[in-house]
Amino acid sequence: MLSRVADSLYWMSRYFERADNASRVVEATYGLILNPAKFSTEERWFRAVSSLARGATSADVDPQRALFLLVADPEGAFSIVKCISGARENARQVREEISSEMWEHLNRLFHEVTGLELHVDDDAGQMRVVNLVREGAYRFHGITDTTINHGEGWHFIQLGKYIERACNLSILLDAYFSVETHADDLDWVGLLSSCAAFEAYCKVCTAELKPERIADFILLQPEFPYSVRYALDRMHHALTSISNRSLSRRTGKIERLIGRLRSAVTYVQIGEVIRGDLHMYLAAIIEQCRDLHAAVHEVYIEYPIEVAFES
Amino acid sequence: MRYALLGPQKRNATMITDTDAPERSAGEAFRQYEFNGSYDEMFRSADLPRKQYRQLYTQLLSLDRDELRRSKQEADQSFFNQGITFTVYGSDKGTERIFPHDLLPRIITAGEWETIERGLAQRITALNLFLKDLYHDSRIIEDGVVPGKIIYTCKHYRREMRGIRVPRDVYVTVVGTDLIRTPEGRFVVLEDNLRVPSGVSYMLTSRRVMKHIFPTLFRKCRVRPIEQYSQVLLSALKSLAPEGRSEPTVVLLTPGSYNSAYFEHTYLARQMGIELVEGRDLVVHDNIVYMRTTFGLQRVDVIYRRIDDDYLDPLVFEGHSALGAVGLFNAYRAGNVAFANALGTGVADDKAIYAYVPKIIKYYLNEDPILDNVETLLMSDAAQRDHVCQRLDQYVVKAVGESGGYGMLIGPHSTEQQRSEFRSRILAEPRNYIAQPTINLSTAPCFVNGTIEPRHVDLRPYVVYGDNITIVPGGLTRVALRKGSLVVNSSQGGGSKDTWVLQN
Repeated sequence: MLSRVADSLYWMSRYFERADNASRVVEATYGLILNPAKFSTEERWFRAVSSLARGATSADVDPQRALFLLVADPEGAFSIVKCISGARENARQVREEISSEMWEHLNRLFHEVTGLELHVDDDAGQMRVVNLVREGAYRFHGITDTTINHGEGWHFIQLGKYIERACNLSILLDAYFSVETHADDLDWVGLLSSCAAFEAYCKVCTAELKPERIADFILLQPEFPYSVRYALDRMHHALTSISNRSLSRRTGKIERLIGRLRSAVTYVQIGEVIRGDLHMYLAAIIEQCRDLHAAVHEVYIEYPIEVAFES
Repeated sequence: MRYALLGPQKRNATMITDTDAPERSAGEAFRQYEFNGSYDEMFRSADLPRKQYRQLYTQLLSLDRDELRRSKQEADQSFFNQGITFTVYGSDKGTERIFPHDLLPRIITAGEWETIERGLAQRITALNLFLKDLYHDSRIIEDGVVPGKIIYTCKHYRREMRGIRVPRDVYVTVVGTDLIRTPEGRFVVLEDNLRVPSGVSYMLTSRRVMKHIFPTLFRKCRVRPIEQYSQVLLSALKSLAPEGRSEPTVVLLTPGSYNSAYFEHTYLARQMGIELVEGRDLVVHDNIVYMRTTFGLQRVDVIYRRIDDDYLDPLVFEGHSALGAVGLFNAYRAGNVAFANALGTGVADDKAIYAYVPKIIKYYLNEDPILDNVETLLMSDAAQRDHVCQRLDQYVVKAVGESGGYGMLIGPHSTEQQRSEFRSRILAEPRNYIAQPTINLSTAPCFVNGTIEPRHVDLRPYVVYGDNITIVPGGLTRVALRKGSLVVNSSQGGGSKDTWVLQN
């Protein structure tokens, strides 16, 4: 597979996951602010904005602007609409690699969300985008898994999806747990819904909302698709499949990185993590995901030509 | 359910839908059909359809207007969702529009097609021999058939190609020749496109849509298939592979997703199952071309390039271009990679050289041309120039190296100011212009604004030169959708319709 194509598939998938994640966080936050609590509306929006729009300042957190910033802002780099455009633009560059069904679904979703041309004060419109994307994401995942060959390209798509998910979940956990003492039950429901995890959590841990259990579930649960551990396991699987196919040059670094990252969530108990420095622990996961991204790029996408002739 | 999705798109005004017209059945709609002295593809005279159109005529009489309109919407929606769009340049939002498409097929009889097929094969064979000669011995110039001056002043002549042996001596693998029909009903050649002709994906996708919309009519008419185009093209490309490369890697080189023909590039690559590469995917090392894959570097043998000569290799041609790859031309010269089409083929579709094509055919094949040229006056010739400059309102003037309907004056539809501007342009650079009498292109029925009206059309069949010359029975019928307009180019508001060549 062409390196550029692998790169576009990877980014298509990352952008889509980013939009999907943002739509869940926005929906959960929008639900939360309807209830009075120790947190003010601004604080709750700030939590959402800081976990989604990297580099955002508290000046962005006028509630109305926050919703717009996260959903439909055509200028902002982080809005859901912008992410869908990013995903579609990458898909457009690899039209011949993805299935027609994938393209048509993504293309249609793109036209639906950009066609609305929303204004700052149009709450209902923003929430319509959120819904379209959330529903669209389930379909996109389904179409992707059922209409293309699960070969190298598909593994790059998986890699993009899960690396994005692992980072997003870590950032989100950090945002909630850094102000944990103020949080009430509703906030914890908000966190779980942001990870599409509320019902799954209740099934496994009952409806008793204990911060430590929630952290355990979202961070270390091996069987739930929106947990950090699950995401890292899938990344490992994708990377192994890719390196098995590529007659492996210099994949040692990638194996080392993903191995270390996985062990950080596999051989650990939530108690240790919480009693230690959760913030540092999560920051380390995010940092290592970045290193992994860089290593994949260096080995598969933009390798120096001399290296290719050595092997 | 599908139409529910129309809502938000309508606001964006990117869908092309029909406006409400008064209720009228399709049968009555023919009453709007006016004849203007052109050859009409469907009607011999009012209410008397030609034989090959009778099935369509009957079907149209029985279809109601709403049904046609629904079909039209369905077709448009399908094009839109598939992303068969082109980007309208110059608008900041990069609005995407579907390529305007007309519902009613243009029908060509087996007999007419047989002439077209023989004529094009003859013409392409001669032009290919011409190119080989030009870049080797230049006998045709020495023999005084074509003046050397006109060759060497052509901006598409590539002196870098002199003496280079191209695989199998095939310079033009893919050709799109524009034919028009004169008021007497004869097909004549308006233009040859020997560089990177486009539009074939519209031919293929609109066929798929038409089969879906008119299945019964399609079967009744016994339409010859065109779906084999991709296989034909792939095998022609493979035949160019350097010697000893038994399992050649063929790629399609695109300028990238911002190119207006990008949809076509992705479509053809997918249909042929070959990689779609951009210049930045290619690396040349020791005169061998590789593409950068996740496996490492993989050798490339044949490049179906959809990039103009000028941008292929910054070392040899346009130095600023980032679309091609450094060193491609040397690899080509070394015979390690093949291009389709070869470089420098533009010299043979120069509009001034076009005037010599009948002589070129005679010279190489010793045959009379089967398809005629349109009478062409060279502005480099003083007498012809004076003649035209005094009667600019009767001629179509074209810049010789341009395509896509750019750099053109249509005399009868021009203003005095445009004419005087062109007059001074011609006088400044006579070699750069030719003139042709204004020809009334033939008209064909189109479904416009809820009625059926005639519009001017041309025909671009696609010729593939591989082990032998293959012309898939069909082509792109381009339509000047504006009433009375003679310009069919998509960049100038033209559209397309499916072309049905009938079985004998």
